[in-house]
Amino acid sequence: MSNTPPLLEVQNLRVEFPTRRGTLVALDDVSFSISPGEVLGVVGESGAGKSMTGAAIIGLLEPPGRIARGKILLNGKRIDNLRYEQMRRIRGKEIGAIFQDPLTTLNPLYTVGRQLAETMTTHLPIGPGEARKRAIEWLELVGIPAAAQRIDSYPHEFSGGMRQRVVIALALCAEPKLIVADEPTTALDVSIQAQVIALLKTLAREKGTAMMLVTHDMGVIAETADRVAVMYAGRIAEIGPVREVVKHANHPYSAGLMGSIPPLDRRVERLAQIDGAMPRLSAIPKGCAYNPRCPQVFDKCREMRPDLIDAGTTRAACWLFDTEVARG
Amino acid sequence: MADAPPMLEVRDLARHFDVSRPLLQRMVTREGKRTLRAVDGISFAIPKGTTLSLVGESGCGKSTVARLCVGLYAPTAGAVVFDGRDLAEARALADQRRRMQMIFQDPYASLNPRWRVGDIIAEPIRAFGLVHSRAEQEARVAELLTQVGLSPLDRVKFPHEFSGGQRQRISIARALSSNPEFLVCDEPTSALDVSVQAQILNLMKELQQRLGLTFLFISHNLAVVRQVSDRIGVMYLGRLAELSPAETLFRRPRHPYTRALMEAIPDLDMTGRERIPVGGEVPSPITPPSGCTFHPRCPLANDRCKRERPELKPAGDAMVACHAVEEGRDDAMPMPAIARDAA
Repeated sequence: MSNTPPLLEVQNLRVEFPTRRGTLVALDDVSFSISPGEVLGVVGESGAGKSMTGAAIIGLLEPPGRIARGKILLNGKRIDNLRYEQMRRIRGKEIGAIFQDPLTTLNPLYTVGRQLAETMTTHLPIGPGEARKRAIEWLELVGIPAAAQRIDSYPHEFSGGMRQRVVIALALCAEPKLIVADEPTTALDVSIQAQVIALLKTLAREKGTAMMLVTHDMGVIAETADRVAVMYAGRIAEIGPVREVVKHANHPYSAGLMGSIPPLDRRVERLAQIDGAMPRLSAIPKGCAYNPRCPQVFDKCREMRPDLIDAGTTRAACWLFDTEVARG
Repeated sequence: MADAPPMLEVRDLARHFDVSRPLLQRMVTREGKRTLRAVDGISFAIPKGTTLSLVGESGCGKSTVARLCVGLYAPTAGAVVFDGRDLAEARALADQRRRMQMIFQDPYASLNPRWRVGDIIAEPIRAFGLVHSRAEQEARVAELLTQVGLSPLDRVKFPHEFSGGQRQRISIARALSSNPEFLVCDEPTSALDVSVQAQILNLMKELQQRLGLTFLFISHNLAVVRQVSDRIGVMYLGRLAELSPAETLFRRPRHPYTRALMEAIPDLDMTGRERIPVGGEVPSPITPPSGCTFHPRCPLANDRCKRERPELKPAGDAMVACHAVEEGRDDAMPMPAIARDAA
């Protein structure tokens, strides 16, 4: 997989929000890539910048947020500096987006069939008749019973789980190469969640679609992702293969995050917890942003900010893995 | 511990909501009234000093039970008995009302944004007349803030100055301010990040040990429930499917719904393993299926399940509402992986 050129490349991405009281840096020096057919999970606490990264990639940053530095490349072409109309053509056709709340993604005034057909006729060289036929096929594919009858239903006539399936069909129907899924199962019940995740996995595997899966649910990541990026205060703290990051995290923050998940298979007297809370964007500490909460903090962490360093199995932004520190 | 007298007892509790359309529309379309049976006949008891958790998917009625247990809703049928007294009667007395408090899910919505934290926490103290001077009240607020891991200096701040986890600590301090014995917690950690969730769960366990509190804990997260509960009730469409001691439920879940639910949960050890989704969706509680309401999704369903509603009956040290378990047909459905690994 490492030999295939990456489908998506994000290089040194920095997103800023100019405010009256100065510029807030929401994302800083974020770099990663996703290969075709690969699922990259992005995890972290709320406010870590997970959704912001997704929004930057699909070109839907909320103003006044803007990309201040860095590049986003899709198939080797820059997409971060495109004009609105050009980006609109890429969204849907090359990049599909799935958001948390299926109610706000679907237009309540159009039937689901119309929304699907419209997406396909816009992005694919097909006519309305063919589009309608394919819309039924897509609804069947995502597991909507009696698709041919339900194609003319409105979004409110579907249940939450069914609606999220429609959103998935909508994101996939123009056959994009990359899907950005932001908390696609958070609004759903566990039993429905499992169905939706299984569906996404199968479709990604069969169609070779790459996926960026943003979620705070580590269980979903563990079963779906190939690689995981852990974000903290607008930066990547650690990135590596899912098994390593979930089970043998190198960065103290990832380790703490994984440790605080209540285990399902046993009862523990006291859960491991990370004391304190993530800093606000306006008050990110000097040095490593995690240093005030880190159990392994030392002098260098309070002075200098670490970049991603090779930590054996993963790459971690932590001075513990700096060879000079190890030697000294 | 199980022999302790019950703090709260619920007998055949039901709560129905009228969700009919307006009269005129009903006359035009000639349809009848519609009733949503949010809670439809459940019974349980919570011994003093223990935690009972109710789990289930959205719409199963667990939050309605929580509200019934503190008197925010009046029951349609059945009774809630608080420490030997009927709840309605108990709630008429301030000194009984003081003994029960509730913690809500959303720490952003449950705190008045225009009040200072000190005033929010002091309100129950004042309302129940628990202190006699301003100085005494301030000392009590400082003590409560310290107890939940905040600083006494935080009392002059407003809720928006705090993170979600800190706000939930404020909610807990407010709930504790009237020296309650019984706390109803409706999804207290589901709006929080997992690292903060661990902080709050640890705090609640600590407070329970220190103050001898009795908890009714509502959650959709089985892993969280396992950490805090003495006993667990699994709800489905307004009824209890299974009511078991916590460890029994995880070692040997009996009801097909409980098993399916456990199989559907993603786990950190699942990397690469497929989980088995529960087929279908939760039916509408307005038009529930006949007989056992789980039968359309149940692999063990037969004709009796479609016809006859199962009652909660003892099965080992658990209580299970399932014909298949009663008839000994439940071995046909495999134990979920979690229970297999434990055995």
